[in-house]
Amino acid sequence: MLCDICGKNPATVHLTEIVDDQMNELHLCEECARQKSLQMEQQFGLSDLLAGLVEFEKPVLEKETALIKCPNCGLTYADFKKIGRLGCGNCYSAFKKYLAPLLKRIHGLSQHMGKSPKKLVKVNKKTSELATLRYKLQKAIEEEAFEEAARLRDQIKELEKRLKENNKNHNSKKG
Amino acid sequence: MKIEDLLNHTSEWLKGTGPNSEIVLSSRIRLARNLENIPFPHWANKKQTEEVLLAVSKAIEKNNYLKGLTIFNLSDLDNLDKQFLIERHLISQEQAQKKDNKAVIIDNDEIISIMVNEEDHLRIQVMQSGFNLFETWNIINRIDDCLAEELPFAFLADWGYLTACPTNTGTGMRASVMLHLPALVMSRQINRVLAAISKLSFTTRGLYGEGTQAMGNLFQVSNQVSLGHSEEEIINNINALIRQIIEQEMQARQALLSKSRAVLEDRINRSFGILKNAHIISSQETIELLSMVRLGLDLEIIRNIDRRTINELFIITQPAHLQKIERKRLSAEERDIKRAEIIRSRLKIKEG
Repeated sequence: MLCDICGKNPATVHLTEIVDDQMNELHLCEECARQKSLQMEQQFGLSDLLAGLVEFEKPVLEKETALIKCPNCGLTYADFKKIGRLGCGNCYSAFKKYLAPLLKRIHGLSQHMGKSPKKLVKVNKKTSELATLRYKLQKAIEEEAFEEAARLRDQIKELEKRLKENNKNHNSKKG
Repeated sequence: MKIEDLLNHTSEWLKGTGPNSEIVLSSRIRLARNLENIPFPHWANKKQTEEVLLAVSKAIEKNNYLKGLTIFNLSDLDNLDKQFLIERHLISQEQAQKKDNKAVIIDNDEIISIMVNEEDHLRIQVMQSGFNLFETWNIINRIDDCLAEELPFAFLADWGYLTACPTNTGTGMRASVMLHLPALVMSRQINRVLAAISKLSFTTRGLYGEGTQAMGNLFQVSNQVSLGHSEEEIINNINALIRQIIEQEMQARQALLSKSRAVLEDRINRSFGILKNAHIISSQETIELLSMVRLGLDLEIIRNIDRRTINELFIITQPAHLQKIERKRLSAEERDIKRAEIIRSRLKIKEG
């Protein structure tokens, strides 16, 4: 069987194309298949699909979003819309407001329920403990419960010290 | 280990063992991971991808569980070697593209493959024979923990692991199962099954992943959603779905046997006959015929050959494998002749 496009080389790649519900079989030689796949990638890549999804968002002010830039890697939201890929992990925080609805649309849900890197869990737990204590302290001061506030202040100091030491150990282990 | 050493070795996913191996070829899980603060490969410069590769190599060497793995720098390999790795499912098409600091890290049994600087900094993959996703998860979970001890992964409590493409955010996990479904195809029920799969937000692909056509009645089913469910939940869901598909394929096989046994026997034996006698054969025809012979084995219409031989033929008849065996470049015509020769000799030895 010869290639459907060039008619010269033997067809070694077999494709089924569906255009407007019409199924079309193509038998191509390696060279023509490569050309064809490049063409198809340009026509309809994953990035287009994603960009389409992003486009779908409520018409947020184009100008406002386009200018947002990730402080770590310099990728703008406009770049993301064009290529369909984020630039680095920090982009997620930089574009949080706009990514949240997009992630929800893609996955249906928006809260991670899976595993976490082990080390991080420990740190997270302690930092959130710290946040809770600080919040309680704020409340206590507002309510003028000074004895309670003093107790909380000491607890916070203690925890902060422990966290610092942990970090130090962690860093020196790494180095 | 050298690339050539893999030739004398059967890939884990082709061993033809494991639970439900008459319908399920293999189970595989991949995890996408990235390092904090370093741009993703498509947005990084050469120095940054080099930094990633260096950090990962160090982490592998340092870890007791991982240090036996072999690192292949893809810039040291030619196109044939890369194609060979693609055919063995050790790297993706994307990973074979020419770019700096791409690597793949594999173990001797070809169960583990870690791609460095693919779409994400790390794409960890584990494969097992048969229907075995929990075992696969246990292995990959441990590898991920080992790597996390050495490498700071980009992670947010709300959104989980952060990936280049937002479709992978969360667990960064894709679990997939490769199924052989000839009876559902022959009885024209496959489209109904595939439609149901996509409704349940799972996807199907062909033998060689994204964008490839289903060949030889082989289908890869995998989860589409990675955020909002735990890894175990996703695996439980896909397991339940796969069990149903297995059940349907079994029923379709029994129906074919009881309603059109003669037609089935004819088709299977003709396929076997062509494979044993052809002198020129394309890789597509080979895969279609091997699929029929595999079904023949499952239904005990063909007896004197083992499943592993057939599974191996699926892969060693692929273009890069043929050229590796012959140790030279072959044109498409030369490959078709060589392919037929190898199939004849393998089937003769086993039968005799």
